[in-house]
Amino acid sequence: MTLEIGSALTIGLILGTVIGVAAMLIWVERRLLGFWQDRLGPNRVGPFGLFQVVADMIKIFTKEDWTPPFADKFSFVLAPAIIMTVILLSFAVVPFAPNLGIVDSNIGVLFVLAMASLGAYSVMLGGLSSDNKYALLGSLRAAAQMVSYEVFMGISLLGVVALSGSFNLREIVLAQEDMWYVLPQFVGFVIFLIAGVAESHRLPFDIPEAEQEICAGYHTEYSGMKFGMFFVGEYLGLVLISSLITVLFFGGWYGPAFLPPVFWFAIKAFAFIAFFILLRAAIPRPRYDQLMSYGWLFLLPLSLINLLVTGAIILNSQ
Amino acid sequence: MAKIIVDGVEYEANPDNNLLQECLSQGLDLPYFCWHPCMGSVGACRQCAVKQYKDADDDKGMVVMACMTPASDGSIISISDEQAKLMRERVIESLMINHPHDCPVCEEGGECHLQDMTVMSGHNYRRYDKKKRTHNNQYLGPFISHEMNRCIACYRCVRYYDDYAGGTDLAAQASHHHVYFGRHEEGVLESEFSGNLVEVCPTGVFTDKVFSEHYSRKWDLQTAPSVCTGCAVGCNTTPGERYGQLRRVVNRYNSEVNGYFLCDRGRFGFGYVNSEERLKEPAVTVNGRAESLPVGQAAEVIAQFTGEGVIGIGSPRASNEANYALRRLVGAENFYSGVADAENACNHLMLELAQDSAFCNPGIKDIEKADAILVLGEDITNTAPRVALALRQAVRNKAKSLAAANNIPAWQDAAVRELAQYDLSPLSIVSSYATRLDDIAADKYIDSLSGQVAMGCAIANKLSAQAPAAAGTDSIDAALAGKIAEQLSQAENPLIIVGSSNGNVGLVQAAANIARALHEKRQAPTALCTLMPEVNSMGLTMMTNEGQSLGAALTKISNSVATKAIVLENDLYRRASRAQVDSAFAKLESSLVLDVLPTDTTAKAHYVFPVTTFSEQESTFVNYEGRVQLSYQVHRNHSAAQPAWRWLSDASVVQINDLVADCAGDLQQFAQLPEVLPDTAQFVGGMKIPRQSHRYSGRTAMKANLNVHEPKQAVDDQSVLAFSMEGISTQKNASVLGAAWSPGWNSNQSISKFQEEVNGELKQGDTGILLIKRVANSGAYFTDVSANRRAVGDGLALSPAFQIFGSDELSAKTKAIRERMTSAYISISPQDAQTLSLQQGDQVSLNGNGAIASVCIRSQMKPGTAALYPGDNDINPHELEETVQLQSAGNKAGGTGIKGLIVSDFYEEGY
Amino acid sequence: MLKLIQDTLISQVVTLWTVFRHLFVKTDTVEYPDEQPYMFPRWRGRIILSRDPDGEERCVACNLCAVACPVDCIALQKAEKDDGRWYPEFFRINFSRCIMCGFCEEACPTHAIQLTPDFEMAEYKRQDMVWEKQDLLIDGTGKYHDYNFYRVAGMSIKDKDKGEALNEAKPIDVRSLMP
Repeated sequence: MTLEIGSALTIGLILGTVIGVAAMLIWVERRLLGFWQDRLGPNRVGPFGLFQVVADMIKIFTKEDWTPPFADKFSFVLAPAIIMTVILLSFAVVPFAPNLGIVDSNIGVLFVLAMASLGAYSVMLGGLSSDNKYALLGSLRAAAQMVSYEVFMGISLLGVVALSGSFNLREIVLAQEDMWYVLPQFVGFVIFLIAGVAESHRLPFDIPEAEQEICAGYHTEYSGMKFGMFFVGEYLGLVLISSLITVLFFGGWYGPAFLPPVFWFAIKAFAFIAFFILLRAAIPRPRYDQLMSYGWLFLLPLSLINLLVTGAIILNSQ
Repeated sequence: MAKIIVDGVEYEANPDNNLLQECLSQGLDLPYFCWHPCMGSVGACRQCAVKQYKDADDDKGMVVMACMTPASDGSIISISDEQAKLMRERVIESLMINHPHDCPVCEEGGECHLQDMTVMSGHNYRRYDKKKRTHNNQYLGPFISHEMNRCIACYRCVRYYDDYAGGTDLAAQASHHHVYFGRHEEGVLESEFSGNLVEVCPTGVFTDKVFSEHYSRKWDLQTAPSVCTGCAVGCNTTPGERYGQLRRVVNRYNSEVNGYFLCDRGRFGFGYVNSEERLKEPAVTVNGRAESLPVGQAAEVIAQFTGEGVIGIGSPRASNEANYALRRLVGAENFYSGVADAENACNHLMLELAQDSAFCNPGIKDIEKADAILVLGEDITNTAPRVALALRQAVRNKAKSLAAANNIPAWQDAAVRELAQYDLSPLSIVSSYATRLDDIAADKYIDSLSGQVAMGCAIANKLSAQAPAAAGTDSIDAALAGKIAEQLSQAENPLIIVGSSNGNVGLVQAAANIARALHEKRQAPTALCTLMPEVNSMGLTMMTNEGQSLGAALTKISNSVATKAIVLENDLYRRASRAQVDSAFAKLESSLVLDVLPTDTTAKAHYVFPVTTFSEQESTFVNYEGRVQLSYQVHRNHSAAQPAWRWLSDASVVQINDLVADCAGDLQQFAQLPEVLPDTAQFVGGMKIPRQSHRYSGRTAMKANLNVHEPKQAVDDQSVLAFSMEGISTQKNASVLGAAWSPGWNSNQSISKFQEEVNGELKQGDTGILLIKRVANSGAYFTDVSANRRAVGDGLALSPAFQIFGSDELSAKTKAIRERMTSAYISISPQDAQTLSLQQGDQVSLNGNGAIASVCIRSQMKPGTAALYPGDNDINPHELEETVQLQSAGNKAGGTGIKGLIVSDFYEEGY
Repeated sequence: MLKLIQDTLISQVVTLWTVFRHLFVKTDTVEYPDEQPYMFPRWRGRIILSRDPDGEERCVACNLCAVACPVDCIALQKAEKDDGRWYPEFFRINFSRCIMCGFCEEACPTHAIQLTPDFEMAEYKRQDMVWEKQDLLIDGTGKYHDYNFYRVAGMSIKDKDKGEALNEAKPIDVRSLMP
């Protein structure tokens, strides 16, 4: 057992770390939100409230796992499983450090985008199978939102792909040894960031589960651990998007040598996680139609222009 | 119809009215104090200022008092004009200068016209910081509290009490800001209608003392439309309940019956409902001891009372439903009216007259239109008080016609009174003793009952030769009879009033002869008002045949034809002699008595079932005119008491609606009965009308001491009302109007918002259904008019006397009423008193049979006659003969004596 | 265009920065029950009934608190003492319904009902949240020390006849002819 790409130990380590981090984010998010709102956040369970996660886990496991009698049982159970699966699968191609990763795939970017597209099914199925009008509305919104923002997400990445000349995420990181792509591809970074928030339907783009309007949207009928999987799935998405931003625009594991590469990766990823939480604390939710028109009328042209300009510069420099 | 323009909006108006009345009729908000819909305008309070413009070009206008300005065609006025608004605000500020800081401890608070008008006028900050003038209060008797500090000197009280109700002991005293409204000295307010001061006074000077003893704010009372059960007039009332107790009764407007006013018996005589002595559970007498009977066994008991040998004795104080349920249970031929034989005969004769098209039976509103009135033998003030108040208005028709001739509008109250002075329409009273209406009577004739009958016959004979002059008419003052006949025949709306409380058929026959003679002359239906003594006397009469009297029932029992009897809400010891009833009970195998309170009759019964009172059940009553009215349940009874009809009916009868429908199908006379039930189709989605106001307080705390988990609201499966705050507002259907309330109008003055027009019918209103159909004119005079009912012996000719407080069985069980009641008394003339050497207040024994009464010497009694008031059944009048001999019984202390008795001809000497 | 950028982009960034800075601001949370918070005198907590400066019950049972109460959790019944004072025969507050809105205090014309800073009212049995007059009535004047309703009201009570209240003239002698 060695710590190398694709070894069983690596896979176990990454899987454990990713899920552990996602779970801890429950506590991190609540405390950070607390501080940003001049509160304390959960600080009662264990030191600094760290065991809040444990308490929440115990609670969620012991809650009644109820399946509504009117729901479509099969897809109702399937939906939360899909979201967990596809996001965890996405982590397979993420290069955490020079020797840390699961697969070194030369179609890494495409794989991530493909998995993100599959995530839409989870939300769709969850909403449809619930046979609940709020859930249905939520899943319709989710489907439209995810399908739309995938387009810009993909296009915004093409600049990075064009610069590095590869779809392999590891090679994209390696191509950033001298200069992070955030500088030449700043517009692409911004678009990817926004699209990433929309993809993981985090606030302020949590329109599919907008509490004030449609209860909890597509997971209205979910409870117990099935709800927990959606919940953790969301945090996993958050970790994934942060990792991808790190990989694609911020040079992955590169950093001054006094820290090992994986730490640099972790620091960068956590900075983005914190940024996503700050978005939640600060920015109000737009209306559904604003979100859609913003995407199609602003982000799409912008990402296309970005691609064109990038292409033109590359052609010019050759 | 005139057109008036108010703030730029054109309205149809009646030019005979004033602007204030027309503005209120249109639903506009205009403050006022001294004006009252029934009493016209005097322009005293200066509160209803509006700006009037000469024409469309006039932009200055001038401020006028709306109540003193006719609503003439083309009037242009503005209520919202700044100058007018400022005037109203300043006027109320000056009225409020001396008003004390009393609202929290004032019974009027929350339904105070002064509060409403202050808010409406916009005066909200006190600028005056000098000393307030104060007054001392007076004790005004057990009904009314006095708090003169609160007075704003609108003069409504004296205008009502003196001018409208004919009182003499309340007056405005002193002058300028010292003006004081009270009696010359402390003492009981004598008028039988003093209770209306509470509603007439726009603020808290006169408040309801009975209500104050267990006070609740108006918004906290659970109310429902109800009908007064004090007498046969059937005034509409709104009883209010809180914490399971009936708290008060206030007037409920009915344009055809009581209008704005009630008598004090109706207003204050409800306390028996809260009595500790109420029967609470079914009881059975085992070995002479009463034991409680499980409610579940009631049906078995009722089952014993079916089949052969069972009779039912109904009651004139029970509802139509209760009487009908009993009649159906025992069979029509076994149902008896339970009314004393003499009265029963009168009632049936009056029912017969009610079907004759030669006559019409006037309601209160029609009585107020009469311009010549003859009251034959009935002491109206004490047996049907609201009619007496109406007569006081009727005699003012002379004044109104004089005013019309002089072009003075009828609403110019002071001017009309000034013009007419003491000129009144003729009222003639034939009675056994001086009545409380004598002050407005043009002629009065006091005699024994047979003398009164003779007088009646003489008048009829003067009007038409066909009408027989009864024997003994020779001794009658023929000139007086001629004068009365003349007055009646010259009148446009003559009115004859007679009643059955004397139990004298001759009087009714004589009255009918007079009315028939007038009908012959006028060729138009003549108003013949036939008064009965109790709330449902007419309904019961319509349900029985003439032969089905109490006497017939008792005979049937003593002949052992009947072995079992059910007695419905009836104390037989008040209707027949003790010996007769005792022997009947001795013969009975089994008896069942249903009643509200324990009586001598319930003490004799084998089974006693408790029943609910008027406020605890939904019921219909037929008043003296044959007007049937629906009285809703106000609150629930928490004991085992049930409506009598429910005890007496099988399980298939769920609501009174079922009984009403059956009764209408069964009895031709009651065919229209179901029309009094509200049309449920108007209530969308089964929504009900709330009994509680929209601001009913304490729902989550009232019963929290018993259990913090609030019980579910009680469900009313009987009526269209609900025991809750929830449902559609009463505004939508004023016919089911409990407490009147309108935004900004918390007092009873809000009633104008529910009327089609001021003094008009309630919107979508329900004034009751007249059941009796006038079939044909029989045309025949009664030829054998006889006054005598029992054997005549030596002594004084005896006639019955009545008291408003005491003659009604149930109200006499009320604490406040008891304070105004006297012991049994016998009225005699000063001459007879001298002969018998009796002093005022002495105790005498009647015929030496042990019945003791106080002597009441009255200066206007005819020598040789006596009038007996039996007290609250202290004396059984059915045991006495037509004449009575008095023996002094020494000064035995007995009850209150005649202390506090209010009669107009009290013989003061030596007392 | 600049304005658009100002309104959209810049304002969002400023928002984010403003919120972010709160990471370094002291929190407002007081760690009750380890630490007792300071309760302001006008805090709306447990309700009491106070007495006037003479030591008599201030409540005159006018029912205004009951009608102002949005959850209808106050019930009382008026009674009258021999000296003419109105007082509540019973006065019941169902604290399990009370929302501490303070409307009753605002409605009270005699300063009788007052809300206090005490908020620690938990009970194991809901029934214990129903408080009667003996539980509510305190032996002091509460927040308002000098107010005495009967000294300004026009009703006469023992020791205060007509004309003896604040700003009252002596009663009129109706039979006097003097102006």
